Amino acid sequence: MNDTQSNIWFGHLTLEARGALLCIFAVLLIASAISISLVRLKPAGDWTELRARIRTWWVIAVLVAGALLLSPDAAIWFFAFVSFLALKEYFSLIPTRRADRRVLFWAYLAIPVQYLWVSLQWYGMFIIFVPVYLFLLLPARMILIGQTKGFLRAIGTVQWGLMGTVFFLSHAAFLLVLEVSKSPRVSPAWPHELAAQYPGPGLLLLLLVLTQSNDVAQYLWGKSLGRRKIAPLVSPGKTWAGFLGGLATTIILAALIGPRLTMLDVPRSLVAGAIIAISGLFGDLNISALKRDLGVKDAGATLPGHGGVLDRVDSLIFTAPVFFHFVWYSYG
Amino acid sequence: MDEAPSKLDLQVDTQGPQPVLRYLFYLLIVRPVMLIVMGMNVRHLDRLPKSGPALIVANHNSHLDALALVTLFGMSRLHLVRPVAAADYFLSSSWFAWFSIRILGILPLDREVRSKHRHSLDPISESLSRGEIVLLFPEGSRGEPEKRQPFQQGIAHLAKRHPDVAIVPVFLHGLGKALPRGEGLLVPFFCDVFIGESLQWNGNRADFMDSLCTNYDALASEAKVPEFE
Repeated sequence: MNDTQSNIWFGHLTLEARGALLCIFAVLLIASAISISLVRLKPAGDWTELRARIRTWWVIAVLVAGALLLSPDAAIWFFAFVSFLALKEYFSLIPTRRADRRVLFWAYLAIPVQYLWVSLQWYGMFIIFVPVYLFLLLPARMILIGQTKGFLRAIGTVQWGLMGTVFFLSHAAFLLVLEVSKSPRVSPAWPHELAAQYPGPGLLLLLLVLTQSNDVAQYLWGKSLGRRKIAPLVSPGKTWAGFLGGLATTIILAALIGPRLTMLDVPRSLVAGAIIAISGLFGDLNISALKRDLGVKDAGATLPGHGGVLDRVDSLIFTAPVFFHFVWYSYG
Repeated sequence: MDEAPSKLDLQVDTQGPQPVLRYLFYLLIVRPVMLIVMGMNVRHLDRLPKSGPALIVANHNSHLDALALVTLFGMSRLHLVRPVAAADYFLSSSWFAWFSIRILGILPLDREVRSKHRHSLDPISESLSRGEIVLLFPEGSRGEPEKRQPFQQGIAHLAKRHPDVAIVPVFLHGLGKALPRGEGLLVPFFCDVFIGESLQWNGNRADFMDSLCTNYDALASEAKVPEFE
């Protein structure tokens, strides 16, 4: 019946989602062209950081697009791998106890389990596995090892890391399998009929594009007219002008692409843009505060020009659950 | 044990690494483990010698140390890279000896001199003369995870024997957490690798050990090492 869509290549991606991927690569082409001409026009400046940053963006875009084109499941397991890298980076940064090596091993094992719930579309388990079951299981494992000195700090830091890098990031993956309920609170405004079959990739792309462009917009606005700092002790780079400029840019961008890419109508797209801009700022500051506490500049060196994986997904850790629950409340 | 060379000695002398099996082992097992399961953050990669002979001197916390250092050199220089490892441990059984020599490609070092015919550093000297890159852990043993022990004097002896060979200190952190001595379970942690400026023999044993240790301490202080008790 509805085989028209699934029989063609990349049938799980709507035309709009495929268009969005093309647009992302077009933007990257423009960024590369600008950075190359900067190197030509102003050879005196040091552009290595900018060039590395854009090159890494290409790698990230190719990996995300490749996983999405392959299948929704491939994209889910790609996010599982990102969670693994982020959690490993976190465990490498924080103080740990030798006695807890087995607890950390269990924490790693939680990643494939959590993403299995996602790929099974088992919402009930997905939403309680980390905050309830791991919250009980990991202290139990730690108690059996029996070292009480530093117990609270150890279990607190492990659970905090799992919540951010595994639980919250997996919300982005759950967007891929999200289905609109039969009686949603808000009636979905599908861009066209076929889009109703595969809402997931569009929602995920909207979240990723808005989160990352919000990062860039806040940075650019802050650079050009920022003065009053939001949290000078956490991150001297974040200014009110930068935040408000980023907020406005993200809301406008959301209103432009939300209704075209997903079932969100214009009002819901505006709200999505606003909550992503606000939670993105705090996600960014959250990892900044963590790094300041630990006395490091970058969380790692996996992504040249960006730092570590945590430096890149910092805002996504906050935007993914907030955006997800907004969509879930409205349509789920 | 002063008699004729033992069976193990013969095996060591007559057989080197099996190039194809060794290549496949490092390509298909060691590299994926070190780069994906573990992950390496390398600082000052430009200081790594491009070719042999060279002597890489690193701190020792884990069996993974040697594998991390081999990984640094990439597959194209694998045939040149030889980790030095304790004969009493790595040649302790015939199967393990076969694996250590043919696959890992270790240079076995007698921690106690067993034979009058050869000095225990001779195999390392021969390897350096062949233009190879030798990986050495002068702390002697892995010890407590992420705790450094004083360097042993053998390194000065080697430097004196090979005054032209570049000696490159490398500080490793994280592997002692991932696979410490006495543990069989690998827990992933990023491995931080800090490559230092190379130095050479300067004519005096005490001076040489001093400058090596100073060089090394400077390197270790670059690292921001989280607590691990």
